[in-house]
Amino acid sequence: MNKNYIITGLVIFVLTVLSPFWFNMITTTQAAPEPELVGKAKTEKKCVLGKYEMRANHMSLLDEWRDSVVRNADRMYTAANGNSFNMSLSTGENSCLGCHEDKAKFCDSCHTYASVNPYCWECHTNPKEIK
Amino acid sequence: MNQKYLIPLTAVFLLFLVAYTGVEGAGLQWFFGIVFPYVAILAFLAGFVYKVLGWASSAVPFRIPTTCGQQKSLPWIKQNTIDNPDTSTGVFLRMVLEIFLFRSLFRNTKAAFNRNASNRLSYSWEIFLWVGALAFHYSFLVVLLRHFRFFTSPVPSCIKFLEYIDGIVQLGLPGIFLSGVVLLAATLFLLARRIFDAKVTYISQAADYFPLFLIIGIAATGLSMRYFTKVDIVGIKTLTMGLVTFSPTIPEGVSGLFYGHVFLVSILFAYFPASKLMHLGGIFLSPTRNMANNTRAKRHVNPWNYDVKTHTYEEYEDHFREKMIEAGLPVDKKE
Repeated sequence: MNKNYIITGLVIFVLTVLSPFWFNMITTTQAAPEPELVGKAKTEKKCVLGKYEMRANHMSLLDEWRDSVVRNADRMYTAANGNSFNMSLSTGENSCLGCHEDKAKFCDSCHTYASVNPYCWECHTNPKEIK
Repeated sequence: MNQKYLIPLTAVFLLFLVAYTGVEGAGLQWFFGIVFPYVAILAFLAGFVYKVLGWASSAVPFRIPTTCGQQKSLPWIKQNTIDNPDTSTGVFLRMVLEIFLFRSLFRNTKAAFNRNASNRLSYSWEIFLWVGALAFHYSFLVVLLRHFRFFTSPVPSCIKFLEYIDGIVQLGLPGIFLSGVVLLAATLFLLARRIFDAKVTYISQAADYFPLFLIIGIAATGLSMRYFTKVDIVGIKTLTMGLVTFSPTIPEGVSGLFYGHVFLVSILFAYFPASKLMHLGGIFLSPTRNMANNTRAKRHVNPWNYDVKTHTYEEYEDHFREKMIEAGLPVDKKE
């Protein structure tokens, strides 16, 4: 009697531990997004930081940019590779979205995949949406 | 300095360095990212099942509930149905409170000499172990559940909701998750308690410090990846998704710190069934908590009893009736 309870509990526990495995078997798993350079970014070939550095660190960079613009009115960023950029997420040709034109591909695909919900777009707008 | 905590501390450092240098120096990503996590999860499950089945097959010859309230008695005496249950409902409630709120830890007392002139030994209520344990267990649970975002795609909305609640204090970028901070703070508190409270130091062994240092190491590497050194999350998620869909891949550009984190987690899983951490399974089987206190109301037959050859009084009288009557002893049946 008691042993049956224990075995039942054990089976539930094992199933719970293995849940990441069977959950992906019974649901359709979305593949990792393939980052793709489109529009201006494709031809430009110069970004603020290197590829992996940018992937890992862009949120801190944007945070520093925000402080720099809002508190010091300093809007120019000179990157390690010598290029200078306008410290802006979405305004003008020299901003992030000025070069990487497609927000859905450039921002959202990875953020959705990694379940990251940045609050950038609570203030900023996608320039494409205004037109 | 105390070798009981120096050795586990060194061990955790070395384990981290093994993974870090193994990846950064020897390029063993496949081992620390794929082989060892699989081995660890298998060892965890096999060890866990083995341990619990071992416990399940041990005999429970009699009931040994600990009681912290009035037993069921005469109808006009009020019974404490949770602390001294005589029904399975009461036992269930007691177990739920024990598992989710650590009720018996709440009763923790400490013995100390009074600081005034009387200098008497007295016992007082000590709540901080309970607070620390509760903070540690729940933040660890939230951190564990949050990690499901690396093992599901698309991420279920319940996990997203948990992330939203956990990140409700919007500090910095990436935003701070409260559970991670509480986890590190609580483990450090539990460690400080073992190191600085002489009475607890005295009963602490290496096996008490090792899981603590391991979890501190896991929390520290995790927090450092999220807030300080930064890692390529999408790359890491392709690795973890590869693990759970049995098509493992090693992403480019992920630093040794991540593999160190994964290795420490794998060590924790593999070590789990052999350690005191098995109280995860053991709490359900605590004999003093999961039995109703009905030792006298119900008859409990010892399951070990074999067929004892008995000689009842009736048989005894049948045997010696004539001699008893002769000797003038009273008998039940006079024939």
